[in-house]
Amino acid sequence: MTDSSAIVEVRGLRKVYAGKPPVVAVAGIDLSVRDGEIYGLLGPNGAGKTTTISIATTRAIPSAGTVRIAGVDVVRSPALARRSIGVVPQYNTLDRSCTAEENIQFHCLFFGMSRIDARARTAQLLDQFRLTDKARAYPISLSGGLAQRLQIARAIAHRPRVLFLDEPSAGLDPQSRIAMWDGVRSLRAEGITVMLTTHYMEEADELCDRLAIIDHGKILVEDTPAALKASIGGEKIVDLKLSSPDNAGQLAARLNAVEGVTGVESTADGVRVLARSEDGIIERIVNASAGFGVRDLATTEPTLETVFIKMTGRDLRE
Amino acid sequence: MTWRVSYARAFMGLMVRDLYVLRRELWPFAVRVAMNPLLFLFVFTYIMPHMSGGAALNPTAQMSGGTGVNFSTVLLPGLMAVAIMFSGIAAVALPLAQEFGITREIDDRVMCPLPIAAVAIEKIVFSALQSIVAAAIVFPLAYYVPSTPVHAHVSNWFFLAAVLILASLLAGAMGLTIGTAVNPKQIGLVFSVVVVPITFLGCVYYPWAALGTIPWLQTAVLLNPIVYMSEGLRAALTPSLGHMNEALVLGMLCLFLTLLTWLGLRGFRRRVVS
Repeated sequence: MTDSSAIVEVRGLRKVYAGKPPVVAVAGIDLSVRDGEIYGLLGPNGAGKTTTISIATTRAIPSAGTVRIAGVDVVRSPALARRSIGVVPQYNTLDRSCTAEENIQFHCLFFGMSRIDARARTAQLLDQFRLTDKARAYPISLSGGLAQRLQIARAIAHRPRVLFLDEPSAGLDPQSRIAMWDGVRSLRAEGITVMLTTHYMEEADELCDRLAIIDHGKILVEDTPAALKASIGGEKIVDLKLSSPDNAGQLAARLNAVEGVTGVESTADGVRVLARSEDGIIERIVNASAGFGVRDLATTEPTLETVFIKMTGRDLRE
Repeated sequence: MTWRVSYARAFMGLMVRDLYVLRRELWPFAVRVAMNPLLFLFVFTYIMPHMSGGAALNPTAQMSGGTGVNFSTVLLPGLMAVAIMFSGIAAVALPLAQEFGITREIDDRVMCPLPIAAVAIEKIVFSALQSIVAAAIVFPLAYYVPSTPVHAHVSNWFFLAAVLILASLLAGAMGLTIGTAVNPKQIGLVFSVVVVPITFLGCVYYPWAALGTIPWLQTAVLLNPIVYMSEGLRAALTPSLGHMNEALVLGMLCLFLTLLTWLGLRGFRRRVVS
């Protein structure tokens, strides 16, 4: 099963760390990332996201399975595969002894560029990531957001086919996060495929073309964010709080019959209604609930978190 | 770009980066490599001989007793060996401990398009360059500081070059082994547990032949690579002093170089690939 448009191909990937007991970090993952897309691995801490990325970026050896980047097997030819890969790990790996500008320039030299090309590429990247005024700053003096942008700029300096971002917004303030997202989106124009891991559902939703929800080393589901959200059976979630939740079962039966309602679940203090987003839907739900002592009503759009809870029965941050 | 060219350029890129950073820190580098031999020579070959005629406190008297060579001459090759070894520790082991423990810069370096072993070998080679510079700095110091002149004489430049290069690479390989084997938090202990013992028992301050009076020690120190550095340099620079057989020295330097490079590369790979 090979997808010809796939730039990252993961097949039957397993990683077991030796120990007592052995830890199964990745328990059989298959996925394909298409050329040019932004692909996300969404899951809680310890789900196996970082291990998957480590294997794909030649930093961990799988127990079984293969990863091919642009057709190159990363286990058999790691040095060759690294030419197609850019990596931004979870922590800051900038060269503390060199300025921002030198960090990018030396990276270019490592990847075989001439000094002239390296200088031109550096100037262009500093501009693209709005770091020109920090060119001569040392990494130690850069804020988290700036350092992260510099890391991304450096990682793509050799024009890799795929950029791997491991938890790119960990530790960033909201404003820096948005600036980082802009930076990542701008990579699309350069034709760079992005594979990222995150446990922030907003980030996955905002940034990814497609994503896989991963837990306990396995992919639970894979699709576009919109399709995943639609898959839980409603475009709108209406939470009703009842003065006497004992009647929830009875109300649920009534609401199930309402036109536009696609599902009803009991909650601790009432019911949760999944419904299609259409005119009059709230009115019909409220009318059907008359006499049940509705104390409060809240509507939300489904989020990836709802999808995750639905799939695993627990919260992303647990 | 063939893989050979790609590897070569990446390797050169790493060297250029290291040289560039070293050039920026030239002053601290110079102080680091010069301080130990400077103080050693000053205390033992200048201050001590000036003290009370030198007899009791002066090792020179003892040493020169049998060989007719003064202590400065004994010290020159020894201090060069120490300078070489210290550079290996300072250029590889300490930075690696920092990178594995705190900065993780190494994680970016190993993403270069060349085999991971080559990243480690670059560290050995770059450290060897620093070791050679450090050894060279001992020369002028040994010429100007001691109150009695050093009797150095090179009859075989090839042998000197071979010893210098092998010893310097060996020091880098030792730095790599230590830097990857020791828990980064405990790197400070390395000085007391490894560096100081192998220096004091490395025939640095006395020729190996002079240990003949303590046979068990003379045999035990053969496990210490510093012995072959000191004795090799002694054979190359101050042949008037008793020294080990040249071929044995070269053979043992090669053996230790191979062993420590193998251990260092294995340790490095363990640290960066899981």
